[in-house]
Amino acid sequence: MAVLKVNNLSKSFGGIEALKDINLEIHENEIIGLIGQNGAGKTTFFNLLTGIYAPTSGEIEYNLGKRITSRDLKPHKTAGYGISRTFQNIRLFQNMTVMENVLLGYHTGFKYGLASSLFKLPSRHKDEYEHYERSLNLLKEFKLLDKKDVLARNLSYGEQRRLEIARALAANPKVLLLDEPAAGMNPNETKELTSLIRWIRETFDLTIILIEHDMSLVMKVCERIFVFDSGRLIAEGTPDEISRNQRVIKAYLGEEA
Amino acid sequence: MRVFNKGSIFKYIGIILFYAIFQVLLSTGVLDDYIELNIILICINIILALGLNLITGFTGQFSLGHAAFMSIGAYTSAIVTAKLGLPFFVGIMLSGITAALAGIVIGIPTLRLKGDYLAIATLGFGEIVKILALNIDYIGGAIGFNDIPQYTNWTWTYGMTVLAVVLIKNFLNSYKGRACIAIREDEIAAEAMGVNTTFYKVLAFAIGAFFAGIAGSLYANYFYFIKPDSFNFMKSIDILVIVVFGGLGSIAGSIIGAIVLSVISLLLQSVSDLRMIVYALVLFGIMLFRPAGLMGNQEFKIFKKGADANGSVKGQ
Repeated sequence: MAVLKVNNLSKSFGGIEALKDINLEIHENEIIGLIGQNGAGKTTFFNLLTGIYAPTSGEIEYNLGKRITSRDLKPHKTAGYGISRTFQNIRLFQNMTVMENVLLGYHTGFKYGLASSLFKLPSRHKDEYEHYERSLNLLKEFKLLDKKDVLARNLSYGEQRRLEIARALAANPKVLLLDEPAAGMNPNETKELTSLIRWIRETFDLTIILIEHDMSLVMKVCERIFVFDSGRLIAEGTPDEISRNQRVIKAYLGEEA
Repeated sequence: MRVFNKGSIFKYIGIILFYAIFQVLLSTGVLDDYIELNIILICINIILALGLNLITGFTGQFSLGHAAFMSIGAYTSAIVTAKLGLPFFVGIMLSGITAALAGIVIGIPTLRLKGDYLAIATLGFGEIVKILALNIDYIGGAIGFNDIPQYTNWTWTYGMTVLAVVLIKNFLNSYKGRACIAIREDEIAAEAMGVNTTFYKVLAFAIGAFFAGIAGSLYANYFYFIKPDSFNFMKSIDILVIVVFGGLGSIAGSIIGAIVLSVISLLLQSVSDLRMIVYALVLFGIMLFRPAGLMGNQEFKIFKKGADANGSVKGQ
């Protein structure tokens, strides 16, 4: 079943067409890779998928229990719909602890009201306790438990990347968008990330869409790949198909193949 | 019951003891009226600084109009207690509520702005409130509002200060408070986590304004007399200085900042010519040697951030 359908999606900034007529369909539980050179429109596509930008034309449609269209997509609402993301340049809450970062991931799950917030009514305690326990479990799974009281900015680079993914998963998403998760990682860390991504899909039962330049990661982990070039979708297929696609080779190598 | 664990009993005893000691010292005359005046002014400044710290230090929204909320509270309380003859408690609560409403009304359009733009907008708001107060004859216009009953005493002031500390601390330890801090840290990421940033900015603004209104009420009912100029731009700056001096994002910092700056300015009263110079030098010094303020964003143990998530849960 298609969890995400994109029809004729375009986005322009002034006269620049960042994305032009994108059509694609993503199914439940797939791991999808988006590749393309810098400026090809991949991150713009993510920003459209999460409501940060509104499309110039075209339609985005999620099927997440209920139908979500691009008109429903507001940045602060996407988490509630079940769409979570990480960012190309890590965006953690640097001066908050690891635990607080994950608790923020649970933001939409908290139910107690303003009066409880101000006066510490009993409803608050139960709610906080439940989410605290869940955060502990999540941190344990991401091997960050012993760092829970450390400020996010004091984590190593790899740990920060892991924490960002953990925080995104706290929102209990059905679709997880990872923007260059392997950027800045060494080969060993990238290898760990490969198994982490597979593990996440199995454990949390969700669809993963990732942007990545590291071809070893993309080829190993993704089931289908979409190739962007200058705002257009030029190819789609399995890693095997993509690695043999003449248009892709041409776009990547910039010469007649 | 976690409410009555060992640590919190000491805390409550401490809060009451502190109140009782000063109450005895003030009523027996060991501390004279002049000292009482200064203690009450310090408390009012603490309340103001806590509210502004919530807006600027914790939520990261730079506001230069905090005195305007104080003004709204002061005039509300003056009308309620002097013109309508209602009890002080009603005056205090209505002051907080009208100021909070003003915070919401002004916050919704202006909090879309960021940084310097927001600062200018809130500065403009402060001027509007002042000019309105100058031109409404019912509240005395430029002559000021006279004969406000003097209800403010140590009990009310201390009670309201404790209330401000406790409520703001509770708020900051809640998920709503964490959302506010997350907005300061990274607005885009906060939004991606599902934080409705406009709502939480306005909420922080409203709570900060609420306490500024209460501070205004205490002020009005202590000094019998208020005029629009008492709450001008310079008053907003004074509050901001306390917050920055104590540490943006530290409750303890705001309290210490208010006390230290008031005491410095008191000690320098005998050398009034040098007062502003020394005051300025102290500020220079703190910005040079501790640019994050006296406390940085640290807290004393009793104000500790995250105590709700860690401390109380462990105590289950």
